[in-house]
Amino acid sequence: MQELITRAKELLADGTVVRVLGWKAGDLSYNPEAAYFETAESLDEFVYNGFCGQNLSKMMIEASKLEGKTLVCLKPCDTYSFNQLIKEHRVDREKAYIIGVGCKGKLNVEKLREMGIKGIKSISGAELTDACEELHISTIYGDKTVAYKEAMLERCHVCKGKEHMIYDEIIGESKDTKDADRFAEVEKIEKMSPEERFAFFQKELSKCIRCNACRNACPACSCRKCVFDSTKFDSAQKANVDSFEEKMFHIIRAFHVAGRCTDCGECSRVCPQGIPLHLFNRKFIKDIDTFYGEYQAGADDQSKGPLTSFTFDDVEPGVVAERG
Amino acid sequence: MQRIGVFVCHCGTNIAATVDVKKVVEMAAKEPGVVHAEDYQYMCSEAGQAKIINAIHEKNLTGIVVCSCSPRMHEATFRKAAAKAGLNPYMVEIANIREHCSWIHKDMEEATLKAVILARAAIAKVNLDAPLQPGESLVTKRALVIGGGIAGIQSALDIAEAGYEVDIVEKLPSIGGRMSQLDKTFPTLDCSACILTPKMVEAAAHEKINIYTYSEVEKVSGFVGDFTVDIRKKARSVDMSKCTGCGVCSEKCPSKKNANEFNRGLNNRSAIYIPFAQAIPNVPVIDRENCIKFKTGKCGACSKVCAAGAIDYEQKDEIVTQKYGAIVVATGFDVIPLDKYDEYAYSQSKDVITSLELERIMNAAGPTKGHLERLSDGKAPKNIVFVQCVGSRCSDERGKSYCSKICCMYTAKHAMLIRDKYPDTNVTVFYIDVRTPGKNFDEFYRRAVEDYGVNYVKGQVGKVIPQPDGTLMVQASDLLENKQIHMEADMVVLAAAIEPNKDVRKIATMLTASIDTNNFLTEAHAKLRPVESPTAGIFLSGVCQGPKDIPETVAQAGAAAVKAIGLLAKDKLTTNPCTAHSDELLCNGCSQCANVCPYGAISYEEKQVNDHGIRETRRIAVVNNALCQGCGACTVTCPSGAMDLQGFSNRQILAEVDAICR
Repeated sequence: MQELITRAKELLADGTVVRVLGWKAGDLSYNPEAAYFETAESLDEFVYNGFCGQNLSKMMIEASKLEGKTLVCLKPCDTYSFNQLIKEHRVDREKAYIIGVGCKGKLNVEKLREMGIKGIKSISGAELTDACEELHISTIYGDKTVAYKEAMLERCHVCKGKEHMIYDEIIGESKDTKDADRFAEVEKIEKMSPEERFAFFQKELSKCIRCNACRNACPACSCRKCVFDSTKFDSAQKANVDSFEEKMFHIIRAFHVAGRCTDCGECSRVCPQGIPLHLFNRKFIKDIDTFYGEYQAGADDQSKGPLTSFTFDDVEPGVVAERG
Repeated sequence: MQRIGVFVCHCGTNIAATVDVKKVVEMAAKEPGVVHAEDYQYMCSEAGQAKIINAIHEKNLTGIVVCSCSPRMHEATFRKAAAKAGLNPYMVEIANIREHCSWIHKDMEEATLKAVILARAAIAKVNLDAPLQPGESLVTKRALVIGGGIAGIQSALDIAEAGYEVDIVEKLPSIGGRMSQLDKTFPTLDCSACILTPKMVEAAAHEKINIYTYSEVEKVSGFVGDFTVDIRKKARSVDMSKCTGCGVCSEKCPSKKNANEFNRGLNNRSAIYIPFAQAIPNVPVIDRENCIKFKTGKCGACSKVCAAGAIDYEQKDEIVTQKYGAIVVATGFDVIPLDKYDEYAYSQSKDVITSLELERIMNAAGPTKGHLERLSDGKAPKNIVFVQCVGSRCSDERGKSYCSKICCMYTAKHAMLIRDKYPDTNVTVFYIDVRTPGKNFDEFYRRAVEDYGVNYVKGQVGKVIPQPDGTLMVQASDLLENKQIHMEADMVVLAAAIEPNKDVRKIATMLTASIDTNNFLTEAHAKLRPVESPTAGIFLSGVCQGPKDIPETVAQAGAAAVKAIGLLAKDKLTTNPCTAHSDELLCNGCSQCANVCPYGAISYEEKQVNDHGIRETRRIAVVNNALCQGCGACTVTCPSGAMDLQGFSNRQILAEVDAICR
């Protein structure tokens, strides 16, 4: 982290960038938040550790409109989102100085809570310089040690790899933390009967409080005006009047990001109700892979997505329809 | 609020027998905005149209719904009627209660309910309709013909004779197509080459016709009257302007063992070759895959012997970009592959051949110089069996469901010619039905049976088994005698089904012309517009539209040419005002709409916007209305709903859905 701060100070000092987009400590030790730093002094508050899960790519949409370059810290998986945003002309590559920050998997404090760990005072072992094999948690009830992997976010178990797709320089070491099959959950749901599947999503989506956190965190949900906020479509500012509408919000959102979603997992990470929203997107990704060949959105900043391009090898619509 | 009139048509009994039209009138009258509703026996008649015009005047109508047949039939009629009464023609909506309702339902109560719902949806749409003004576009006075067979040649000749420039694009090194491979033609038995060659020569010599052989259409953009087409002229490796067509290069070429496509692979040709004697242009082409010079870098024999210095190993593919007002598709057919019909032993025995291969064997320029002989041992066959409907009229997935139409007649021709030339040969034809609808066709078939003694057996061949002595054991059933037949044959000829040329899918996609499940191009109307594609400016010529024989092909080629000429004769076309436009305050500038636009109608500009007080420069999608065809692909791709289609706005479509679901 110190190396990162030192380098950021240098780049601020020599005028390469006029601000730094990173994280600072939040109210709780395991809850850092995104922050801009414009002076060398303010950078002393800079924080980067295993709890900095937030994908800062989307914040570059607004940062691109500001004067001067912004130094942005992107983890390997965040760079996919950034590429996708370049492709969609939503961010300006020239306005960004990308430091590819190392990542050894990001943590989910809910996992610790599920283990019965409460009254957390501090957590160590999650610095980038640590081995990130074990977490030492100091609680008001005493100290606990858990395996790092046990507390990782779901998305890190299906890690896209330790390579940054786009960067100006890289600071810190990364680790591929993949230890699960990305589509295992989707396959399980596919095997359900239609009734079971309906019940599953009904149960999950009925938890939704329409706080819009998923939409606000999602780098693909970057419309200037969301259809759900627009007066043009009679769908603005609607609360969930019934179970149909709460489902439609998420299903329409999944359709809108289909083919563009990089599977960054922010939707599920930020959901205060713990809804596994990423499953919708993964189902689309899995189908797109099956029908149009494997495709990873954001792996580059040029290619047309499979749903917005046509090739003579494309599968016939009838085949897609049969699959349901 | 609109003042809407609803007009419900009985269409004689077409609608009224299944739909209670009075009930539809009664229910429609209760809908919001409706101030007038009536029914009439034939809304499209003069009297029916007069009712619409009168109602517009008397009730000050601002919008109209006609509940009648498909808009493809009479939308234009009712729009014209509305315009006559001073109403904007785009304030007319059709509720299709015939094709979508009365024709497909039997139960009156259900059909009436559906008709009411369809009317309701159309009323909901009219409520949100706005007057639209069409624009104009210019017509490029030049036609493209894709395919240089008899269909393409005839269409090109007819268009050129009318005084318009025509380009023919032919994939192979020579024009002539399938007809150039035929020996004789039914039902007159005249020589195919003798009647085709003059046509080929005429096309080549015509001052208005330009032929691109060994070329393919690579890209098509634009729209009716103004297509832009990229044509790839593949490298011939021979300079057409220098070559004299002497043929010495082919003689001296050391690479001689390459399958001769023109003779269906029954003999070989050299790597540099002219496909057949009457080829146009009479210029060879180097098959680079088999040329020793291209494979190893050593050889160059053809270049050494060419007195004209025409051989050019460095020649590269060339892209020609040309504008056209009309495009005629004449891509023709091929016979189906027989790999799924192993029971006929086609891949096991050289003496099991297709009818097209027999054409080559019977032809004086063919692999056997016109002698009927077995390809395995060169002996004259004594017993020949013809198998009809191999892959045609097939109920399983191996073959085609349709009748290939030409096989009955050419088989009668083959049988007759063989019996005539080799009277001691026994000819047996196995058939499902013998279909001879056509001028002098049945007489022709009867001559084969009655005058030439061809043995016709109703029944299908189950299996052909090659015997150790070189003969073929044919197992078949005789349905009329109700018995199994086992007979020995020296040669078996399969009337393999025909199918559209395999490149047609690619071409149809480029042209956005629709094709059916069998890959035949679809006509705009099966009966009334048989030579036009539903895509404006695209015309259909020959077998690409469906199986047909030579006279039918020539007739259709002429018809397609007339339609193309009708288009080229116009100076301007009225453009469809139902085009897309983007709401600059909602547009993200993400380029997804431009990616999906098949017409290249969307571009972007950096534009200063004022979004409720936020002034900034944004990347905004801009639609070129002259290029936009109103397909709507952009509107469904746009995540923010910034793209919308005039006349089919998102709100209108949702209003229709809401009206249906109410």
